[in-house]
Amino acid sequence: MKQKQTATVRSQRQLAAQIFDMWIETELAGEAAPGQFICLYPKDKSTLLPRPISICEINEERTALRIVYRITGKGTTEFSVYKQGDTVSVLGNLGNGFPVAKGKEKRVFLIGGGIGIPPMLQLAKELQAQKQIVLGYRSNELFLHNDLERYGQVYVATEDGSAGTKGNVMDAIRENGLDADVIFACGPMPMLRAIKRYAEEKKIPAYISLEEHMACGVGACLGCVVKTKEVDHHSNVHNARICTDGPVFEAGEVEI
Amino acid sequence: MNLKTTIAGVTLQNPVMTASGTFGSGMEYSEFVDLNRLGAVVTKGVANVPWQGNPTPRVAEVYGGMLNAIGLQNPGIDVLMERDIPFLRQYNTKIIVNVCGKTVEDYIEVVEKLGDEPAVALLEINVSCPNVKEGAIAFGQKADALYNITSELKKHARQPLIMKLSPNVTDITEMAKAAEAAGADALSLINTLTGMKIDVHKRKFAIANKTGGMSGPAIKPIAVRMVYQTAQAVKLPIIGMGGIANAEDAIEFILAGASAVSIGAMNFVNPYSTIEIVKGIEDYMKKYKVENFSDLIGAVEG
Repeated sequence: MKQKQTATVRSQRQLAAQIFDMWIETELAGEAAPGQFICLYPKDKSTLLPRPISICEINEERTALRIVYRITGKGTTEFSVYKQGDTVSVLGNLGNGFPVAKGKEKRVFLIGGGIGIPPMLQLAKELQAQKQIVLGYRSNELFLHNDLERYGQVYVATEDGSAGTKGNVMDAIRENGLDADVIFACGPMPMLRAIKRYAEEKKIPAYISLEEHMACGVGACLGCVVKTKEVDHHSNVHNARICTDGPVFEAGEVEI
Repeated sequence: MNLKTTIAGVTLQNPVMTASGTFGSGMEYSEFVDLNRLGAVVTKGVANVPWQGNPTPRVAEVYGGMLNAIGLQNPGIDVLMERDIPFLRQYNTKIIVNVCGKTVEDYIEVVEKLGDEPAVALLEINVSCPNVKEGAIAFGQKADALYNITSELKKHARQPLIMKLSPNVTDITEMAKAAEAAGADALSLINTLTGMKIDVHKRKFAIANKTGGMSGPAIKPIAVRMVYQTAQAVKLPIIGMGGIANAEDAIEFILAGASAVSIGAMNFVNPYSTIEIVKGIEDYMKKYKVENFSDLIGAVEG
């Protein structure tokens, strides 16, 4: 069940330029699943809307959630200065996560680009499969690659070539001669479009996590829609709600 | 203590309702809010056929508020009547359907279909959405156009009509008087204020539609002023809305002359807003020993 609650900050640290890593203690951890997201509410009243942030990791005891996020404005700047013991309002758990069962015992790609990398961590923890984890960064300011190495082989691509393959995640897949039966991915739209094309060529399923500006986070406002191939069951038009029907879609279902 | 209020002959158990477009058809928020405790649920605007709505981004935050340009995406009246009305009928709350269209004929088609649904207590006519190229606000910015659509719909409607007014006019009281003269049963105001936001780093509009309707706490003083002016100008009951975040805000609108209030953008900020405001109005009435809610309507002094 979705709830809005007060969570307590357990820890916070900076991982890279503009990238922060925060653990919050919340009952929402009990039922959280990889690929779901939560909304955090800034305390500054001039910032009205909640900030949707993907769940990066759930602790073993299922009492805390880890989020890794990028500072993009006033709200995330406020979050980045929270210290242990501070409180924050959280709405969760939102959206449908990755369909973990679809990857079971298969050769899978877990592809994360930039701030799309965090949800790959909990997915990698829960997925029982032959995991090839492909991560794209702008530069050699890497983050979460060490955490992910515990769960599979990690391949890195950087735009400036300062670490791993020079180029993007698709370049890293080609350079390393990788192959998979199923793809799970989260990242910027150009990356997701390339993955959609790649999956169509290879005739394999790709489960991609989308983002869009949101207001409510619960499917009421129709702010965060994505065009769909077929008429959507809820909207009765070619639009699905990323917050509730997604954020994870099979790439063939959506027009991106 | 009596929280009941009456809009066009329909008695609501309390004066708190949801603003169209911010609450879907109630289903999404029923996980957070006991819909039995709301005065009414006002559904998202519905047309005679499904509407795709605008491209994304459709929403953006602004200081103390937000912009939206959803573009009245809706599944069409048939889906609303087959799926959403039966859902809402399970609850002890009044159902108000917001109706939109591109032409007068579109509106008539929806209004006539809803006439066969006795569970729908009131119709709210959207002549004020600023985010569509045809219809909606085109009927709400000129007094003669508003008069014409109101009188035309009155001929076809079985339920009382609430005309939802736009603040994007020179004088809202002229619109209110036109609606009243044409036979409207009630008014709701304000819809969103047309706004714009530009991302200076990307040199792009924050919203794909370029303009969007502004809502949220930052617009409240404008809305209160317009409700007060309208209450002075017409005899129709008024549903007040625009940036209501808590019970004190709601009572401001009521003292200004509103018979009921709608909660909009604040549902996004706090999904429990509506029921907290019902409770807050009760607390206010206890504190000031007000026995009947109706005694507060228009009770501002001076």
